[in-house]
Amino acid sequence: MLAAGIGSFTLAVLALAADKLAPIKSALVFYKPTGPLSGVTTVAILVWLLAWVLLEMLWAKKTVAVGRVIFVAFVLLGLSFLLTFPPIGDLF
Amino acid sequence: MEITFRSLWTIIHGMGFGALYLLACSGALIELYRLTCSSAPSESTPGQTRFLKIYLVTMTALAWAAVLTGAYVIYPWYRATPPPGTVDLSMYPQRLLMSRPSTSGWHSLGMEWKEHVAWVAPISITMVAFVFIRYGRDLVNHKRLRAAVLGFAAASFLAAGLAGFFGAMINKAAPAQGGPTIHLREGAEK
Repeated sequence: MLAAGIGSFTLAVLALAADKLAPIKSALVFYKPTGPLSGVTTVAILVWLLAWVLLEMLWAKKTVAVGRVIFVAFVLLGLSFLLTFPPIGDLF
Repeated sequence: MEITFRSLWTIIHGMGFGALYLLACSGALIELYRLTCSSAPSESTPGQTRFLKIYLVTMTALAWAAVLTGAYVIYPWYRATPPPGTVDLSMYPQRLLMSRPSTSGWHSLGMEWKEHVAWVAPISITMVAFVFIRYGRDLVNHKRLRAAVLGFAAASFLAAGLAGFFGAMINKAAPAQGGPTIHLREGAEK
């Protein structure tokens, strides 16, 4: 759940970075016809999957504060909706 | 009666995967709520729980199919750059939208949001499917977790709904056209 929040937030941050910084924009062009969107989404998915595997390994046999984890996951999810919304992204 | 190759792919992406996902999502939200928030264990059988697991996995596949066909099949046609001096922009939807003040917002707000927020849908629903497969009806005993699962399913629905709405409006203003024409049926001459 937290990994899903991290992945979504990473996507929003990368989208914002690609929109504002030309070197990042060109570095994220993994597939030319799709442009930087290909890199933004590929990297975000990799971060999400990596976070998922790492958290699974770290917390598999631990008792975690579920309420706090869920809260952080929803904050990240909410931020991803806000940061991908162009009028808000344009504020940066 | 004919359709272009690009129109066909747009239909597969938008109606085949996207709209079907939205329909499935509304059903999943109700079923997840019913199955995980009811206090009477007799209300759901192991068969129903298994059905919901298969349903969520199918939804996950639909969501990924929608974003992948959108990003790698249709989006390249949408953002294609016209050769210098091109006057007719009908084959270049992004440029066509941006060429008029009355439609430029469909790109600068609609597509700019849709192309990114849409990916929240498959990421969220994959998590929902994973948690439900792992916990099943035992989610009844994890109040916070079941609320979070419902929240993420709702977020997935919202993301897919936003993407679907803007996709439909953009396709109305500047449809992806071109490619080989597929003849579906000969019309009767009048």
